[in-house]
Amino acid sequence: MDQLGALMQGFADAVTLGNLVWALVGVTIGTVVGVLPGIGPALTVAMLLPLTFRLDPASSLIMFAGIYYGGMYGGSTTSILLNTPGESASMVSALEGNKMARAGRGAAALATAAIGSFVAGTIGTIGLTFLAPAVAELAVGFGPPEYVALMALSFVTVSALLGRSLVKGAASLLIGLAIGLVGIDAQSGQARLDFGVPALLDGIDVVVVVVALFALGETFERLLRGTGRETVEPVRGRAVLSREDWRRSWPAWLRGTALGFPIGGLPAGGADVPTFLSYSLERRLSKHRSQFGKGAIEGVAGPEAANNAAAAGVLVPLLTIGLPTSATAAVILTAFQSYGLQPGPQLFTESGPLLWTLIASLYIGNVMLLVLNLPLVRLWARLLTIPAYGIYAAVLVFSTLGTFASGGTFDDLIVLYALGLVALVLRLADAPVAPAVVGVILGPLAETQLRRALALSQGDPAVLVSSPLTVTLWVLIVLALLAPLAWRLTRGVRERRRTAPPVPVTAVESQADQD
Amino acid sequence: MDSTGRDMDEPGAAARPGPGRLVRSLAPFVTAALATVGLFAVQTDGERAQAQELLDGRQLRLMAPAEPGGGWDQTARELQAALRDRVGRAEVYNVGGAGGTIGLSQYVRLPPEPTELMVTGLIMVGAIESNDSPVTLEQTTPLVRLTTDYEVIVVPADSPVQTTADLVELMREDIGAVSIAGGSAGGVEQITAGLIAADIGADPAEVNYIAHSGGGEALTTLLSGRATAGVSGVSEIQAQIDAGQVRALAVSSAERLPGLPEVPTLLEEGVDVELANWRGVVAPAGISDEDEQALEDLLMEMADSPQWQETLQRRGWGDAALAGPEFEAFLAEETARVGQVLDDIGLG
Repeated sequence: MDQLGALMQGFADAVTLGNLVWALVGVTIGTVVGVLPGIGPALTVAMLLPLTFRLDPASSLIMFAGIYYGGMYGGSTTSILLNTPGESASMVSALEGNKMARAGRGAAALATAAIGSFVAGTIGTIGLTFLAPAVAELAVGFGPPEYVALMALSFVTVSALLGRSLVKGAASLLIGLAIGLVGIDAQSGQARLDFGVPALLDGIDVVVVVVALFALGETFERLLRGTGRETVEPVRGRAVLSREDWRRSWPAWLRGTALGFPIGGLPAGGADVPTFLSYSLERRLSKHRSQFGKGAIEGVAGPEAANNAAAAGVLVPLLTIGLPTSATAAVILTAFQSYGLQPGPQLFTESGPLLWTLIASLYIGNVMLLVLNLPLVRLWARLLTIPAYGIYAAVLVFSTLGTFASGGTFDDLIVLYALGLVALVLRLADAPVAPAVVGVILGPLAETQLRRALALSQGDPAVLVSSPLTVTLWVLIVLALLAPLAWRLTRGVRERRRTAPPVPVTAVESQADQD
Repeated sequence: MDSTGRDMDEPGAAARPGPGRLVRSLAPFVTAALATVGLFAVQTDGERAQAQELLDGRQLRLMAPAEPGGGWDQTARELQAALRDRVGRAEVYNVGGAGGTIGLSQYVRLPPEPTELMVTGLIMVGAIESNDSPVTLEQTTPLVRLTTDYEVIVVPADSPVQTTADLVELMREDIGAVSIAGGSAGGVEQITAGLIAADIGADPAEVNYIAHSGGGEALTTLLSGRATAGVSGVSEIQAQIDAGQVRALAVSSAERLPGLPEVPTLLEEGVDVELANWRGVVAPAGISDEDEQALEDLLMEMADSPQWQETLQRRGWGDAALAGPEFEAFLAEETARVGQVLDDIGLG
């Protein structure tokens, strides 16, 4: 196993005092920018790049990798505590995580997110070490028809996010799809729904949508309804994670990782899609399905693991074929190039030692993030003891600042607040906002890939099932559609049997849920 | 617009590792520091005095009208590094979107100060045309062209298409059946494909061009074997060409490129198309002639410096330094040519 030997050499190079300090600096900065909505790792690395020209390549790449992983960690904190996702990939964590925080289980939600991120990040990095060539091959096999099937699968599974009322969920989804249409159409170059406003030509940034729908909507609703003085009990019980929490979290971590790593490795996969898939999967498999929407720990553990595993996955095409598949990856690619390294097929042979040092430092960064985050969990949760008016004022400030920092224009703020009002209307109508975000993310992806696929085939729809991979995915879609029906049927039978004799099975279960 | 050197680094700190401390409104100190740098930097007294007079203790601000990571962002940040020894720390900020026209619309509202610069290039010329942008480069003062990145026509390694002639043959037979993957709609890759179609007597509007948000995404469509051919910036795809994952058919430069000596030019292959994805710098409209001259001198001298030449080498960019009336004439010519081909494609 020469990979193992090379990795060991990489560890030997990475574990120097200097490099450890850079890794620590990186993960700390990353955590901070991940917490702030709008300011992401991409912008941070781009800003730091000129400052590091005098640094040796290994040290600065180690720091950048730390920022990248740290950003994924930090995003979940505000998501869970304040219902304000720092980036779109941690939106799903807000769904269950914030409910948990409201119920005094904020520390548990943060802990399962942190440990899940660690587990997923580590497994993802192991995958990067040993499976990179295989994942790269899968990624190269993904053309537009395969993406169409993947997007269809995502759309089918997001029904889990639609909430109790199908009509309200669908309305929210449609609003999101409409927001996703704004801007220049990628295929034809024509502007859509821009109303002649140049600032809308490039569409509305997903981060702006997420911040507006979650953070501003909630804040506005508080203004209307809250007293401004209410607080939540920050930590209930002694143990941060009970045995029951562990038992329910670890399978979710592993499933989230299994979804996140390969999809993150796809050039158009990204970190959002696997979080949706993970959430729906956990909801389907959970024995505590009734808790979903009220603070189910699996709903935090799975998606958080998925987005961190995806972060490792994104590095696969970057390092093996030189393909940057996210904004941060594009900036890291720039960093590689500014040190005269060309990521791509020859990177492993030409700059092997440096690369293995980087991979080794990813392992180290992951451990550092866990050490940095876990003890802080209770401290973070204490933030909730601040009265609501203080918290929401801070949310407004951070949302506004973050949006302005990322876009840099006044127009972005108008869009932000306008969408905040849309979110308020949705909330007053008791419609969920998550489907809207799903629409904004998946809609343009699905449309672009479908139109590309049809352009490539000159309009022949047969292209959509033209490869074994597409057929497999469509079969999965059919299963995903039929499985709940079949499940409901069998469960109906079982429940009828169960209710007949008065054995309190469910009572035992719900008791277990409470600790 | 307060840019009175508040955020200016002490330029003397350049010799030390790490960022220097901020100097707060200490004009005399800045002057002294600039003079110190003058002792080490390779520049004449005249130059230094000029840059100093121009900035008057203020910080240079450079807009990259694109998201971090792209060509304009890279250009802006390389400029920032190369200018450091001449004007101290410059600030780079990104206003991304719509081929740079969003950045441009914001840029033209800035006051006519010689400290406010913007990176621009062929893609912006095209985007102004295809987006019917209400603001154009006429509302700026063009300073210099600095770099070029040429386009290369590639096919997947296992494609039956061996030469440009094969590809042209296919396009003549049924242009719709030849799918060409490349960057954003109306961008330099689509312009290249349109120019090729026009030259071989096909209708540019009929080209089956598959737009992508960037070169990386276009490459995946190409590698998945779904597209017939691809067009890409040379520096973006050099590694995949070297690794044999894609086969380069032709480059869009006038002469063969040093990095790809085996690959013929389109001209050699009988296609009369020459196109460079050039990038340059503009200043706001309404700055004085002296300021314009001083900025052009500053940038042209930087372009001549060994540091900049090393940057070009490292990035795989071509040296295309051109200033003054020559650059303005070139810009007018490009605007007309790009406008014509985008009209033909149906995007104008």
